[in-house]
Amino acid sequence: MNAMKDRVPAVVIAILVFVLSTFLTEVCSTADEAEQVIKMTAKRYEYNPSTITVKKGAPVVLEFTSLDRLHGFNCPALGIRTDIAPGKVTTLRFVPGKIGAFPFHCDIFCGSGHEGMAGTIIVTE
Amino acid sequence: MKIDRRDFLKLAGYGSAIFISGLVGPGRWADAVDGDGFLFVQLSDTHWGFANPAINPDSAGTLRKAIAAVNDLKTQPDFIMFTGDLTHTTDDDKERWKRLTEVKSITGALKVKTLRYMPGEHDAGLDQGAAFKEIFGPTHYSFDHKGVHFIVIDNVSDPTSSIGDAQLQWLADDLKKQGKNARIVVFTHRPLFDLAPDWDWHTRDGAKALDLLMPYANVTVFYGHIHQENHRITGHIVHHAAQGLMYPLPAPNSVPKKMPVPWDPAQPYRGLGFRSVDAKVAQAVYGLTEYGVKGEKL
Repeated sequence: MNAMKDRVPAVVIAILVFVLSTFLTEVCSTADEAEQVIKMTAKRYEYNPSTITVKKGAPVVLEFTSLDRLHGFNCPALGIRTDIAPGKVTTLRFVPGKIGAFPFHCDIFCGSGHEGMAGTIIVTE
Repeated sequence: MKIDRRDFLKLAGYGSAIFISGLVGPGRWADAVDGDGFLFVQLSDTHWGFANPAINPDSAGTLRKAIAAVNDLKTQPDFIMFTGDLTHTTDDDKERWKRLTEVKSITGALKVKTLRYMPGEHDAGLDQGAAFKEIFGPTHYSFDHKGVHFIVIDNVSDPTSSIGDAQLQWLADDLKKQGKNARIVVFTHRPLFDLAPDWDWHTRDGAKALDLLMPYANVTVFYGHIHQENHRITGHIVHHAAQGLMYPLPAPNSVPKKMPVPWDPAQPYRGLGFRSVDAKVAQAVYGLTEYGVKGEKL
């Protein structure tokens, strides 16, 4: 009986660990699947793509790569910005909270075409 | 708070549309025409080196015409302030140096010999102001003139459109020497406030500079960058943007994409010009007179 008593907690713990790990894996997997990942490049004097469409309330991951020098990404209406340094991928996560077309631009002066280095985030229902 | 042309006053003795800046509130305007003072001229955004005939077919002549117009002013100013973007940007360091040198040479034709310069992002954003400093001197500084304390703030040499902590500390130290009622005029290239962040018409840490300036009762800011007249008040601080001398830009956020306004052959040089500022020191007011490129009052 004593041996049985010792085994019960171990079995319970093992079951709990299995259930929890399965649950957590599912949750994480769901979260990953729900994120919309968009790869963007930045170079003098353009973003590619320059227009992106996302859904309100759905998490978005922007993955930036600079092809030449330091650029910025600033979308004041959505309250998001980042530096985009060359030689690495810069990740920016956000959840769009409102519907509309919101301009973004490079906010680190990069040369003669800097003022035209811009794009639009379209947020749909 | 936005101020528009309706706020311009026709004042006897000035002979043209005058904008009185520095006093906010009714019943104090009458003071504006009294007292001693002096005149200074603001020239901005000359963008020397810009070349696009569809935007300005007289890109080589516009600045010279404005200089001739300033030289023809009946009352010559005590000094002339250039609020940045003397040159149009170039990726070539040698060409940038050449353009800045040419501007210095061309502006040397002004009768007034007290010329003060500051950079715009086109002059300083790619080399952190190295060429500008070599040719014109410091990018931020202060000076006193006939009872007014002038502060030149550099919000362009840092390409992130920031003033930076070191310069903000310098500003704080400079202001500590001033009384709370001192007459303070600030020159910047970019607006210190968020005029149109979507168009990059702001200074990233401009609010920190304004916080430092707020305890002072008489502060007026003159800036460039947006290539048009614009008048705003934040708190009690008045901000005046100047016309440029190469191409006008649209009103803030008035069109989806910010682009130079094309040349109109029917109205050549429209939207280009300069201003004179009549500083009435005792009253801490500034009478603005706007001119077209050829010296015509607007």
